[in-house]
Amino acid sequence: MSLELKRITKRVGAETTIHETSLVLEERSFNTLLGPTLAGKTTLMQLMAGLDRPTSGEIWFRGENVTGVPVQKRNVAMVYQQFINYPNFTVYENIASPLRVARMAAAEIDRRVMHAAELLRLTPMLKRRPAELSGGQQQRTAIARALVKDADLVLLDEPLANLDYKLREELRDELPRFFADRNCIVVYATTEPGEALLFGGNTATLHAGGITQFGETAALYRRPADLVTARVFSDPPINTAQVVKRGGEIRLGDFRLPVGQAAAGLPDGSYVIGIRPHHVTPSPVTANAAPIDGTVVIAELSGSESAVHFDIDGQTWVSQSPGIHPFEVGSVARLYVDMDHAMFFDLDHRRVEGAE
Amino acid sequence: MNKTVNQRAWWFVLPVVLLVAFNAVIPLMTVVNYSVQESFGSNMFFWSGVRWFEEVLRSERFHASLLRQLAFTAAILAIEVPLGLAIALAMPRRGPWVSVCLVLMALPLLIPWNVVGAMWNIMALPTIGLLSETLHALGFDYNYTREPGAAWFTVILMDVWHWTSLVVLLCYAGLVSIPDAYYQAAKIDGARPWAVFRYIQLPKLRYVLTIAILLRFMDSFMIYTEVVVLTGGGPGTATTFLSIDLVKTALGQFDLGPAAAMSLVYFLIILLMSWLFYTLMMRNQSR
Repeated sequence: MSLELKRITKRVGAETTIHETSLVLEERSFNTLLGPTLAGKTTLMQLMAGLDRPTSGEIWFRGENVTGVPVQKRNVAMVYQQFINYPNFTVYENIASPLRVARMAAAEIDRRVMHAAELLRLTPMLKRRPAELSGGQQQRTAIARALVKDADLVLLDEPLANLDYKLREELRDELPRFFADRNCIVVYATTEPGEALLFGGNTATLHAGGITQFGETAALYRRPADLVTARVFSDPPINTAQVVKRGGEIRLGDFRLPVGQAAAGLPDGSYVIGIRPHHVTPSPVTANAAPIDGTVVIAELSGSESAVHFDIDGQTWVSQSPGIHPFEVGSVARLYVDMDHAMFFDLDHRRVEGAE
Repeated sequence: MNKTVNQRAWWFVLPVVLLVAFNAVIPLMTVVNYSVQESFGSNMFFWSGVRWFEEVLRSERFHASLLRQLAFTAAILAIEVPLGLAIALAMPRRGPWVSVCLVLMALPLLIPWNVVGAMWNIMALPTIGLLSETLHALGFDYNYTREPGAAWFTVILMDVWHWTSLVVLLCYAGLVSIPDAYYQAAKIDGARPWAVFRYIQLPKLRYVLTIAILLRFMDSFMIYTEVVVLTGGGPGTATTFLSIDLVKTALGQFDLGPAAAMSLVYFLIILLMSWLFYTLMMRNQSR
């Protein structure tokens, strides 16, 4: 019982938008498609929904081949980045619209609409039209429309991207709860690694029209199989550099760094290391935190965090740490790299070893 | 905070003041001036109060042109708006044909108005015109210089040919701006094409349609050049619309007073009706 993409590809004209991709999404699971803009998230969702046909490959749902079965014949619901509602319907009529098209009995429609409105805190707004609602309420209406349908597959395409900060946080906390007790597969597309971690469940990282890795979210975050996945699943971007391991030390340009727990078992040779910004800090955190010096390019202070972009060995690295640490742009700063948390990749960017 | 007093800023306002003065205020006030005076010869003016206004509003000739004008405007709105919307809906949204369609649609709008009149004049000429020949071949007795009905048919056909494109382009712009997600959402709901039109496209096009109707209303109410070139307002007075009547009064008979009063009445009618249209349509919008 699942949604299965079997070696699907999608070409539009001469351009390949989805490279051969296979994926199995389990029943009652919450899945996040994580990737930058244009990575193919929306295309993949449209293929899953049946809004579009794959160029090759098959899509199976609950043991049935549904490749090419149009979306109307499948029980799918979708919520978009834009707030999509019927402009001259009231909130009630909007939520009821998919049920009315399906010619459900009025009493049952009423029961379902009231229940969904309750869950999404829309009850006082049922008589209003979308133009009279805030962005958050408009998107709640769209989500309610997806909920009442009792769809087998619910696709959420960056539904929070157009909301302002506070509403986004609020709805983000509530979202998994809406689908918690339902017999459906939820797919959520986002560009933000933070959202994937918050929702838990499973995550598929996308890059340039292909899934780079799929698995349990936390595990994927800790153990990305390659540098691309690590890059997609890191915000701010992960710091990388080519290094040489020789004996008991790692050489990064002119710096000599300790090997740390991560690379203890690796043979000598050239590697690419990846270090997440919060493992580069203004003061040493562990015994294997080694000092490096870099010229400060940008210093950003937010309410509770400091981010420093600095040049090291010709590359720009980012350090992210709690607290306010003022740095002067142009000055040389000393930062400490926690080598215990470094990820090591071979020169083909495949993960060879590394701690969590 | 200290505010510096600097009167030089007035210079920045001057160009606008001059423009509005010469463009609107001075001509309008000249007309108002004429409308309350009687003129003799070249430079003799006498105060006559609201006499011209009374005369114009009571004149059967004015009533007749106003009625003709209303009928014409109603006819072209009833044809051009649905037709323009239908063409816009039928146009492709993407692909190489988009630019071809857009250029074809824009062509009539680029032709000077008197040329449009001349073109249709030639098209409709009783002996050699393509239009008249076609209609004759189809068995119609068509002569627009003799039959008021034929003249009306030709004038309306010309206006539809000339101006439907404007409605098409406005509607098309409105349609293109509807995000794809709306159509997808409708598809997921299983909505039929009619429902997509009725509940997504039409509500989303309300603003553009309001603008299109308003523009077509005002322009058709002021129609002059094309009709003068095509029919000269005839046969008889069959196609003498308000502005043609106005010019005949002002220039043909040189009755400055009545012509001025008439143009003010004409101006107020357009203003009033545009305002009515706009408020009614916007009220519906917010309801």
